[in-house]
Amino acid sequence: MSKNSSKSQRVAPLLPPDSGRDRPLFAVAAILVFLACLSAFGAAGAWRAADGWTDQLTAEITVQILPGEDRDADADAVAAAEAIARLPGVEGVTALDRAEAERLVSPWLGTADLPEDLPVPRLVAVQVNADNPPASGAIEALLADEPYEILVDDHQRWEDAVQRAANAVRYFALGLVLLLTIAAAAVVAFAARASLAARWDVAEALHLVGAQDRYITGLFQERFFFLGLKSGLTGSVAAALAALALAHAGAASGGLFFVPTLELGWSALAIPPLAALIAALIAALAARTAVSSDLKARWS
Amino acid sequence: MSSHPNDPAPSAPAFETAVRFDSVGMRYGRGPEVLSDLSFELPSGSFHFLTGPSGAGKSSLLRLIYRAERPSRGLINLFGRDASLLPREALPALRRRIGVVFQDFRLLDHLTVFDNVALPLRVAGQARSSYAEDVAELLTWVGLGERMDAFPSTLSGGEQQRAAIARAVISKPDLLIADEPTGNVDPEMARRLLRLFVELNRLGATILMATHDLTLVNSLKAPVLELSEGRLVGQARVA
Repeated sequence: MSKNSSKSQRVAPLLPPDSGRDRPLFAVAAILVFLACLSAFGAAGAWRAADGWTDQLTAEITVQILPGEDRDADADAVAAAEAIARLPGVEGVTALDRAEAERLVSPWLGTADLPEDLPVPRLVAVQVNADNPPASGAIEALLADEPYEILVDDHQRWEDAVQRAANAVRYFALGLVLLLTIAAAAVVAFAARASLAARWDVAEALHLVGAQDRYITGLFQERFFFLGLKSGLTGSVAAALAALALAHAGAASGGLFFVPTLELGWSALAIPPLAALIAALIAALAARTAVSSDLKARWS
Repeated sequence: MSSHPNDPAPSAPAFETAVRFDSVGMRYGRGPEVLSDLSFELPSGSFHFLTGPSGAGKSSLLRLIYRAERPSRGLINLFGRDASLLPREALPALRRRIGVVFQDFRLLDHLTVFDNVALPLRVAGQARSSYAEDVAELLTWVGLGERMDAFPSTLSGGEQQRAAIARAVISKPDLLIADEPTGNVDPEMARRLLRLFVELNRLGATILMATHDLTLVNSLKAPVLELSEGRLVGQARVA
């Protein structure tokens, strides 16, 4: 090589290095990813909680033992529980005595001592196999000949309402994630266009020396992929920390109404890396689309 | 006709006509025609000057040749192909055959002189090791051997112009078009650059040089296309 050859042996990047021009975009994208991740964590938590609500409802039956005259209602409840426990599909039975029953009705009747002769129904909580529950009417048939009356509540009337509420929570959270993703894509596409306008001299020079469109779009695509990845990682890690803090605060508060609780499963661990990758891909795709259409519009 | 070391010499072209204009007109947007009824041809391996006063349409004519603009009427034939109908996918291949020296240089500020000059080779997919020596040699030839690691913003106008010329010729284009390539250099450097163009012409490149410099035009026995108000008013060879 000539003694006068360039000292630098490195191949210089064709796009000028980021001199702070991309920082506002980085901040906006990171904030959008942060919000989208929080929504995703919320959606994951809501999904998990909604599953729990419906599982609990379908896996439990409540049997009320109505106290008869001159009968020991607590003994009737224990006898009924023992009989029910032998039914196929029943996994557990708990007979609640008068004290437990009084505690359950205390929100309506107060905590003062109730008259002894007040007919407080006894409850038998029956845990059933959700996949293979006892046949419909089996409990009523089993206890039909007993000298006390019963009411069986299989929670069917609540299940539809809870299912609807759970679905509303799930779809609301998913919709929020989707909206924030679209907003992030729009912001990045706008920024890519602005970036191209600011660096049009580079695109033009490359075009005039014979660069293919895909060569030029590839440069911008790569630049925005890594920008999206960095924004995505920053936003998603911040969101993960915020979600952990929220979950911790919710658990520590013991369910105080003003502290939101967030139950996260192991699957929530996948959200931050997935969000960063999606942010990078959206940024790359948005940049590619914006640059490609601008090149076509300017050089027909 | 006596031979002169600076005179362009005929070569053995692979095609007969590098550029052919037939009744070409051009307007920007819905404005008036800036070029009207242009008909001429540049045979392969020829050397032509393009002259005319400011605003005559010299730069617009050059933009038509490197397909920065489309004609509003007429036909433009480049290297035997109708360039007016060329799809945009075919433009990069066409542009690699054309070297352009822009009046405003269009060097990239974030690249060194070396990297600016190497740009056409890099875009064509060549490895740095394969072109480093050629780029260094050419830069030395145009007097920028000591400035190849400098950035364009630190160069004088004349140095930027020489870097722009080096970028246009580094890939040995079939057609070299230059818009006032000696406008910012001293007479000695102007003669030196002209020798570079003549040398490329001897190697087979077709040259079209737009200039105001009549001394430069008179120093070569090359045909002249003269533009005035968007029309050709004098030419050595009409199609």
